[in-house]
Amino acid sequence: MTELTVKVVEILATMAGLPPDQVTPDTTFESLSLDSLDLVELTLMLEDELGVEIDRDDFGELVTVQDAIDAIASTDALAA
Amino acid sequence: MTAAGMATSEVVVTGLGAIGPGARGAEALWQVVLDGKTMARHDTELEAAGVAVTISCRAPSFDADAELGPKASRRIDRYAQLALLAADEAAGHAGLAGGAEPERLGIVLGTGGGGFETWESEYRRYLTSGPSRISPLALPKALANTAAGLISMRLNAQGPNLTVNTACGSGATALLVARDMIRSGAADVMVAGGVEAGITGLAAGAFAQMGALSRNPDPATASRPFDVDRDGFVLGEGAGVLILERADHARSRGARPLAVLAGAASSADAHHITAPPEDGRGARLAMVNALAAAGLDAADVGHVNAHGTSTPPNDTAEARAIRSVFGPAADNLAVSSTKGVTGHPLGAAGAIEAVFSVLALRDQLAPPTANLEILDPAVALDVVRGEPRATTFQAVMSNSFGFGGQNTVLLFTTA
Repeated sequence: MTELTVKVVEILATMAGLPPDQVTPDTTFESLSLDSLDLVELTLMLEDELGVEIDRDDFGELVTVQDAIDAIASTDALAA
Repeated sequence: MTAAGMATSEVVVTGLGAIGPGARGAEALWQVVLDGKTMARHDTELEAAGVAVTISCRAPSFDADAELGPKASRRIDRYAQLALLAADEAAGHAGLAGGAEPERLGIVLGTGGGGFETWESEYRRYLTSGPSRISPLALPKALANTAAGLISMRLNAQGPNLTVNTACGSGATALLVARDMIRSGAADVMVAGGVEAGITGLAAGAFAQMGALSRNPDPATASRPFDVDRDGFVLGEGAGVLILERADHARSRGARPLAVLAGAASSADAHHITAPPEDGRGARLAMVNALAAAGLDAADVGHVNAHGTSTPPNDTAEARAIRSVFGPAADNLAVSSTKGVTGHPLGAAGAIEAVFSVLALRDQLAPPTANLEILDPAVALDVVRGEPRATTFQAVMSNSFGFGGQNTVLLFTTA
């Protein structure tokens, strides 16, 4: 897993109140009872931790944890 | 039932829930009030925030995630957490699960400020880091109406749902509105109450700047309603929730009525934005109209749970108003302010004190007014002090007044 994946999984697990090993890239947000507001929170936390800006405009429909990782990774600062 | 029949429906209380200074649970909090010892303590958070007044009456701590779900502490402001705990207790007490049709079960909640903590922390983020750092949860957490929404989700209450604000009268006003909704036929059962979590740097600082808070350095004697040496109120916090129900609905499902919410009335001082008129005429009008709404004479009331904040202007104006309404019958009235014990829980006060009023009626006890040593000579009333007073009464009046000159008076009678 990349550093980004590890961070995302760690934050989402904390948000959902689960141990990190119960969250994988295939986990759906629906199964974690997390909604679009939580995803914006996730990006704010990542921005704080990674010191980058994440463009939230391209997020579209995110179903799984991997979808979120891909969307975040595609933002300019992290793709560079 | 005809519309006219509904308009005369009796509204009963079938459940109680409360969390407040010193205790969680309606019965436990009532016991704290009967014990008559102030819950005011030195407040290290207010001290750290640099507020000039560092005394408060806080509710006991709790594990929000364990009690309200794993996301509660992150997604729900403390004000709504308190409301949810009190609503859970009241709904359980009333045996509401399966006892009310979801579309006929409504909610009215009162709060003065809603999510103070969230407004303050998010505004700080906005100022230090800009709008792009504001949490997407800021509004769902901070708005004053979302606690009622969260309770509806928790209890699957799909009926009328709203939040009212009459500042420190909010909790009582919520009960007034909920009673009217049952009487108008809009709902069979209403979850109604008030909540406040306003012991924060900004809110406490603002009250201190007004001169509304006691500057007494000793927490033990700071909140002293009706005492000649009172010098302001002590901030409290908490939530009170009552289940109100049409009497025949309660009967048909076998729920035991604890009391009747026999009358309620609202009025405005039309005088000053924070200070009451010296003769308390707005409070008087609400008391008179509540008695009329209940079809009671002043002499029928044996106990008043006064607003009694411990501010110099409130307590004398309220005392004059009570004396004026009750006349000679005031001599037989046991008047209490429970704020000597609890401090002033602002928008929760009217609902927490409604809980106390129902339990006072049940136990036939008027609670003591903590820290009342020398009665203000301008207060021509029999204010209970020291020990709870055993007395016989069929009706109790609960007064709540808010900034803006907004007054709400409730009358409970034995079921």
